Amino acid sequence: MRRALLAVVVTTIGLVLLLSFKPHDVTAVAQPPSALTQQDSGSGRQPSALTRSDGDGDEHGDEHGDDDGDEHGDDDGRGTVAAPTPTVKKSPSARSAAGGATGDVVDTRWGPVQVRIAVSGKKITGVDVVQYPDGNRRDREISAVALPTLKEETLSKQSADIDTVSGATYTSEGYIRSLQSAIDRAGL
Amino acid sequence: MRHAEHVMGTVFSFDIRDGEPEETARALGEAVAWLHRVDAVFSTYRPDSPVSRLGRGEIGLAACPPEVAEVLALCEEAERATGGYFTARPGAALDPSGLVKGWAIERASALLDAAGLRRHSVNGGGDVQLGDRPAPGRPWRVGIAHPLRPGAIAAVVAGAGLAVATSGVAERGAHIVDPHTGAPAAALASLTLVGSRLTAVDAYATAAFAMGGAARDWVEAADGLEAFAMTPTGETWQTTGFPRLTG
Repeated sequence: MRRALLAVVVTTIGLVLLLSFKPHDVTAVAQPPSALTQQDSGSGRQPSALTRSDGDGDEHGDEHGDDDGDEHGDDDGRGTVAAPTPTVKKSPSARSAAGGATGDVVDTRWGPVQVRIAVSGKKITGVDVVQYPDGNRRDREISAVALPTLKEETLSKQSADIDTVSGATYTSEGYIRSLQSAIDRAGL
Repeated sequence: MRHAEHVMGTVFSFDIRDGEPEETARALGEAVAWLHRVDAVFSTYRPDSPVSRLGRGEIGLAACPPEVAEVLALCEEAERATGGYFTARPGAALDPSGLVKGWAIERASALLDAAGLRRHSVNGGGDVQLGDRPAPGRPWRVGIAHPLRPGAIAAVVAGAGLAVATSGVAERGAHIVDPHTGAPAAALASLTLVGSRLTAVDAYATAAFAMGGAARDWVEAADGLEAFAMTPTGETWQTTGFPRLTG
């Protein structure tokens, strides 16, 4: 359960962060497909399929979710997609007076990160990021998007019937580590 | 038993559903040690790794651990099979990273199998090798990350013994370049490939992403592979066998 919860959040943060960090890239590719469908341009060069330029060590993929609920991709002919739309709420999260835990302060390349979770029963009912990088506009933009989405996803995806996730899974180590320590302290 | 290991610049997640704690921990330790060994041998970020030294011409293939020759042969095979859309030389330098991760995951999965721990999944940075089903009558459920909606799942692949790899623009810091044009592949937002063995599935997913729309016919023609893709505008397509894999 603990890892399932963490994983849900990890996925969320990862997706949010990567989209936040690459707004221009994401925008840039939202264009009509260019002429990349050609099988062979006959350029005579040695082919080069991919270039990876990551390597800052701050990305992770690690996600599990293990509970009940349902999210299904449609499997009809056109493959339309049934995906929950995360509602981004900017309201402050509820802090449970009854239960909760504050995670470690974790230094990331963008600055210190610390999360606090509110717990009721065995469920996370709220997530606050009590410290986050806000040194520049980009940091604040990331936080503004990531934090509410994080909370929303944590709360809604606890019931997602997913064992693991394929795809973009990069995230910030700091968020995960602080969250993990908070979950550990809450005894979930 | 679950375990997350930070290695090869990403996180590998193990989910093992059978075995006694002690034997599971031992097998897990072997699998994790394997991943670190792969990192030490194949990392292009470590100037002293055999692959880095090989790439600089400081040592020959014979001086490398035998896995290097194995991987380079697999890379050549992938290059042929994908019409050059996969390559181990994306720039001037040798960089088999595009195949190594999937290969390492598949091998880690095989190590668990060999230890009798068949009910497992191994996820390395979003690329997944599934073992036997987690419980009788229950498949693994692999969510495919929605490339355009943070945190959302675009589809769910359900099954066992499958390999699932997704390539996309959402991979931060990664740019998949069409080797035939040199331009970033931009026709798709993400492409998920499902097959049985992750070495090929992961390498082919990268190649198919670079193919763009042409990937659909290529995957249809390939044996034992199915694909699901989404364009930057949110349209999706899938190969004819893909619906059978969804849950």
